[in-house]
Amino acid sequence: MDALLQPIASLFGPAWPLVWILVKIVGIVLPLILCVAYLTFAERKVIGYMQVRLGPNRVGPKGWLQPIADALKLMFKEIIVPSKSSKALFIIGPIMVMAPALAAWAVIPFYKDWVLANIDAGMLYIMAMTSLGVYGVIIAGWASNSKYAFLGGMRATAQMVSYELAMGFSLVAVLMISASLNLSDIVIGQSKGLFASHGFSIFSWNWLPLLPLFIVYLISGVAETNRAPFDVVEGESEIVAGHMIEYSGMAFALFFLAEYANMILVSALTSIFFLGGWLSPVSFLPNGFFWLALKICFVLFLFLWFRATFPRFRYDQIMRLGWKVFIPLTLVWILFVGVWMMSPWSIWR
Amino acid sequence: MAEIRNYTINFGPQHPAAHGVLRLVLELDGEVVVRADPHIGLLHRGTEKLAETRTWVQSVPYMDRLDYVSMMCNEHAYCMAIERLLGIEVPLRAQYIRVMFDEITRILNHLLNIGTHALDIGAMTMVLYTFREREDLMDAYEAVSGARMHAAYYRPGGVYRDLPDQMPKYEASNSKYRNAATLNSLNSAREGSLLDFLDDFTQRFPKYIDEYETLLTDNRIWKQRTVGVGVVSPEEALALGFTGAMLRGSGVEWDIRKKQTYEVYDRVDFDIPIGVNGDCYDRYLVRMEEMRQSNRIIRQCIDWLKKNRGPVISDNHKVAPPSRVQMKENMEELIHHFKLFSEGIHVPAGEAYAAVEHPKGEFGVYAISDGANKPYRLKLRAPGFAHLAAMDAVARGHMLADVVAIIGTMDIVFGEIDR
Repeated sequence: MDALLQPIASLFGPAWPLVWILVKIVGIVLPLILCVAYLTFAERKVIGYMQVRLGPNRVGPKGWLQPIADALKLMFKEIIVPSKSSKALFIIGPIMVMAPALAAWAVIPFYKDWVLANIDAGMLYIMAMTSLGVYGVIIAGWASNSKYAFLGGMRATAQMVSYELAMGFSLVAVLMISASLNLSDIVIGQSKGLFASHGFSIFSWNWLPLLPLFIVYLISGVAETNRAPFDVVEGESEIVAGHMIEYSGMAFALFFLAEYANMILVSALTSIFFLGGWLSPVSFLPNGFFWLALKICFVLFLFLWFRATFPRFRYDQIMRLGWKVFIPLTLVWILFVGVWMMSPWSIWR
Repeated sequence: MAEIRNYTINFGPQHPAAHGVLRLVLELDGEVVVRADPHIGLLHRGTEKLAETRTWVQSVPYMDRLDYVSMMCNEHAYCMAIERLLGIEVPLRAQYIRVMFDEITRILNHLLNIGTHALDIGAMTMVLYTFREREDLMDAYEAVSGARMHAAYYRPGGVYRDLPDQMPKYEASNSKYRNAATLNSLNSAREGSLLDFLDDFTQRFPKYIDEYETLLTDNRIWKQRTVGVGVVSPEEALALGFTGAMLRGSGVEWDIRKKQTYEVYDRVDFDIPIGVNGDCYDRYLVRMEEMRQSNRIIRQCIDWLKKNRGPVISDNHKVAPPSRVQMKENMEELIHHFKLFSEGIHVPAGEAYAAVEHPKGEFGVYAISDGANKPYRLKLRAPGFAHLAAMDAVARGHMLADVVAIIGTMDIVFGEIDR
């Protein structure tokens, strides 16, 4: 690979590292945007079949061009800026939502050494980036100068902050047992253990010893991305679309893209932290990026399934679930894991 | 110090949960409703006034458009009021047909209500499930009247015509989305008459209700959103003029079908479900059980209708038109026909009130006649009006999201409220 790139590298001279990073960024972001587009298609199809209907099937063969048509439509629509809005913030809002959703992908390891920035503080970086997204929502809700949008912004503040905590606490335990903040190391750590040495690494992944935290993380992930049944921020039948109500065209599309990019991100993180990333579940099958993709798809399917099944929580009920159930649960389990690690029965030596 | 003011928010008239054109001015303290002020009249079409300028029969289709999700029940009350003024009897077969279609209408209405209520609360799959069954019942409407919604099927003195012996079928088209196998499965229940089709439906329907229950009844989120929300005590419910499922959900056993029985409701067997706590969840359960009971009534009507034949409209040809054959062979009948279709029915002077147990509650028609071929005055008693008027009393102190649940449980349709 390096030998192959040598002539191109010499062409750019000292600028090469920058160019190479840009190439890698494009290599991650473009497929990601494509995945987002087709995730919207998958959602409409999956939920369609769950709801005894067919979903989109007119644009292109079997409807496969539907996301492209949607994207084109949104691109050619006017971005209406309300006259009484705070104009600069109104435009910054969607960008603030979109940018962290993409930036967080920098530290995601797709396979051993397939990572844009293999930094040791990967987990911290992820947490920092994902918590930035909420500012975009708040700014959008405030800048729109609409009562519905403002309510959406208020809800977003409360909800995302509370679930950030539960998510953070469940990652503390992952950090404890992996003894690393580097995402690649966390995945590799899951390939060792009693079951893994017998050929079933699936039972050595973090989901089994940290089962309550895995569930908390998964549910918090749904809440963090404002997906049903935690979609009170956009609360379609209550506050219409919350912070997005005044947005149109590409400005709206950015929120939309960010939501789906965040869904993929949370699914990827769940796979990496709890489901062994790119590791194969059994030893007779090779590891590979394929497994990570499969796990991401599985978690994404859960997202869609939840949306088709559950009614929406009320705002105060979400708060209660976050503060009175998840945070105590994670704290107790962290304590339990700590004691377990210090005891002679520890499985993480 | 900054002045702290409550937040006034305009909920509707263009809002996904406004069920049409509800405009609700909400005063919010944070997310808690301090005052709910429903504004009505956005769908006012002057039905009562219009009826004064139309002959009695011409107003039947207007009744369809009052509560446009329970069409035939509206017609029923109107036709009953005219029949009381005229003092005529409706043939037994017509009474059974009316009862059967009233119950079909009740299922149609409750399916829509439960589907949209769940949709408002966020369970969006429900509405698509319930609409699947509504489709079959709409087909029954279409088979009998030619229209899927605004049937105009009931007439003073009976119903427009007898039940069809054939059920319309899906036609083979060159669609690439529907092959011969799906076409056959769609048509499998439609080989016989309308009654056979309905018979097949009533056998399938209880299983569908079980399906809805698996999605909602024991769902923790559904219960969190509905239990204890919008509680109305029995005394309050009576004082606020509630009827129908809203009243029964509060535990008051009141159903016009039993208490002031009409048509053949005293000949069919059914139970009246009532709630205990008077919250949204109880009203949901009451509606679910009412659908099962309606299914029972429809089955009994089908049995009777299959065994007994007879006229379906009064043979008093001053009220109901004669058959085409009679009209062509008999001078007197020709005159009747001409008078009926030019002038319409002459209803003797007097006044009458007729109420039916409409899916939403007591739907009443108060008609005053001065002996002409038009009503002198027509007053409609819409159940939804009283329910919506109670919005402030029920929603006060609840959160914004609960207002949506309460609108859903009130089963509001603006066709009848604004008239």
